[in-house]
Amino acid sequence: MSVEAVPTTAVSPRRMAWARRRRSLTHFLRQFRSDRAGMVGVAVLVLFVVVALAAPLLFSSDELRASAGRGEPTLALPSSEHWLGTDEIGRDLLAQLVWGSRISLFIGLVGTLVAVTIGSLVGVTAGFFGGRIGGALMAVDDWFLVIPFLPLAIVLAAVLGSSAMILAVVIGVTSWAGSGRILRAQVLSAKERTFVERSRALGAGSWHVVSRHVLPQVAPLILATATLTVPAVILSESALSFLGFGDRFRPSWGKMLDGALDSGAITLNRWNYYLPPGLCIMAVVLAFTVIGRSLERIFDPRLRGR
Amino acid sequence: MNFRHVGRKLVGAIGMLAFVLVFNFFLFRIVDSDPLAKYRGRVLTEEKRAEIIERFGLDGSKWDQFRRYISETVRLQFGYSTDSGRPVLEQIADALPNTLLLVGISTVITIAVGLWLGAKSGWRPGSRFDRSATGFSMVFYAMPEFWLGMLLLVFAASRTGWFPTGGVRDLTQDLSGWSMIVDRAEHLVLPTITLVLAYLGSYALVMRTSMLETLGEDYLTVARAKGLRDTDVMRRHAVPNALLPSVSLIAISFGFVVGGAITTETVFSYPGLGLETYDAIQANDLPMLQALFFLSSAALVFANLAADLLLGVLDPRIRRA
Repeated sequence: MSVEAVPTTAVSPRRMAWARRRRSLTHFLRQFRSDRAGMVGVAVLVLFVVVALAAPLLFSSDELRASAGRGEPTLALPSSEHWLGTDEIGRDLLAQLVWGSRISLFIGLVGTLVAVTIGSLVGVTAGFFGGRIGGALMAVDDWFLVIPFLPLAIVLAAVLGSSAMILAVVIGVTSWAGSGRILRAQVLSAKERTFVERSRALGAGSWHVVSRHVLPQVAPLILATATLTVPAVILSESALSFLGFGDRFRPSWGKMLDGALDSGAITLNRWNYYLPPGLCIMAVVLAFTVIGRSLERIFDPRLRGR
Repeated sequence: MNFRHVGRKLVGAIGMLAFVLVFNFFLFRIVDSDPLAKYRGRVLTEEKRAEIIERFGLDGSKWDQFRRYISETVRLQFGYSTDSGRPVLEQIADALPNTLLLVGISTVITIAVGLWLGAKSGWRPGSRFDRSATGFSMVFYAMPEFWLGMLLLVFAASRTGWFPTGGVRDLTQDLSGWSMIVDRAEHLVLPTITLVLAYLGSYALVMRTSMLETLGEDYLTVARAKGLRDTDVMRRHAVPNALLPSVSLIAISFGFVVGGAITTETVFSYPGLGLETYDAIQANDLPMLQALFFLSSAALVFANLAADLLLGVLDPRIRRA
């Protein structure tokens, strides 16, 4: 009897795999939804993403130009015209805050993408192949772990220039070491599983084993690590912007805080200048942290009940 | 102690130092194609130009520059600041004591409080203490350290006048003896609180995790079976073992002391190496940045070496591995 005779009940391995994936996704969503902190984190994050995407609709980018503040009061307190007051050259602070969310989220995501990509490549290669290659990779990883992060990022940014993209790459390149280490440890245990051995015994090559058996096992952990890398990247971005790096004509939260310190908003107690950017950074960082911790709890059984 | 273990770690550290040395050169000389960019726009006479090039060691081929750079750095000659014109080493030596004082004190406090918090919350996971300590650590971790410093400036210095708003001492008075010490201490309070709160969380977290890992160990059951009180089991048996993973974190933190606290020192205009770094960035002072970067990397390499050797002494399992 040929397979074509019963097409509706044909069970291809591909379909089985998809059904399994759908099941585990539903299972995961159910677990995640029961985690209250994680859901709050998601809600906060969605809010910020919507604001960041809608920035051009809320404020024209002309509001960010130095000329936008001409004729306006400087360092003003909130008013009906400027809901969050103005900065030292009369520009609207709310417009900067809204546009600033774009830079922070952009650098946070791109920097994390860079960091986790390098970290995964290094971690998986070192864990899977071990030996001399693994040793060399881990030596590099060690070096990046101990290197003073902020000075290195500063030097790189000072030398390479400082558009948002370069800043994101600089931060990514300097903060992958931790995820590389975690992933290596996971791959070391993932490749010893019996079904991996079985697949090898059946003649599977390294590529097949890595892409079909090892990566799917560590993928959830990569996601959790990535979520926990974002806060670090966003904090680094704010520190670098605060120190004067970053695109001069595009506001970011860190840059606003730099402006607040330099313009004397502290002595004048312009809370509308120095509070909102810091609160925004804090909210986004906390949101990513709680989401990451929820993911870790779900994906890493060792952490259950902690 | 095992000589092979020590030897391997020493070779590793020396290799790392050599790598830092080479990397530092390439980063500043090769990637930055025009170290004279700072003088762009100014009219320079031929002699003046030649003098500057010679002074900053930019003459000859890259290979010549590289050899000269190595021999000078090994002798701790970092050249001259392009900003102030003073020898870089002298400028660093002036700022170093301030940084050692501030970052040293806050590192010690952070470690003590952080480990205590972590040990206590890890001993009773899920307790009210644990939940508030973890929440507290997370919130302070989420604050940019310089923003925390700014808030302290607003509420504890500029509005209330409790503490000075910055600097390392009162420049308007010539103090001596006891009043000088009090004045210095007052200037240290806010930056120290900033650094402690900002970095407390990482120690607490590491200590909490390793405490959790020791909870199920047999030697704790034995200690309890002997009839020891709960606090004694924790203090004498659980904490010493749980401390091991923190040893490297602690040693490495002392390596970070040399780098200074760039953003915090900037907020409080505290004249340490961190502020020097900030000023060097603002002035595009590459020789200064290069030296600062080299010194802080070297300090970290040594701290890491110290951590490895210390762990070897404390934990016999590592020596055998």
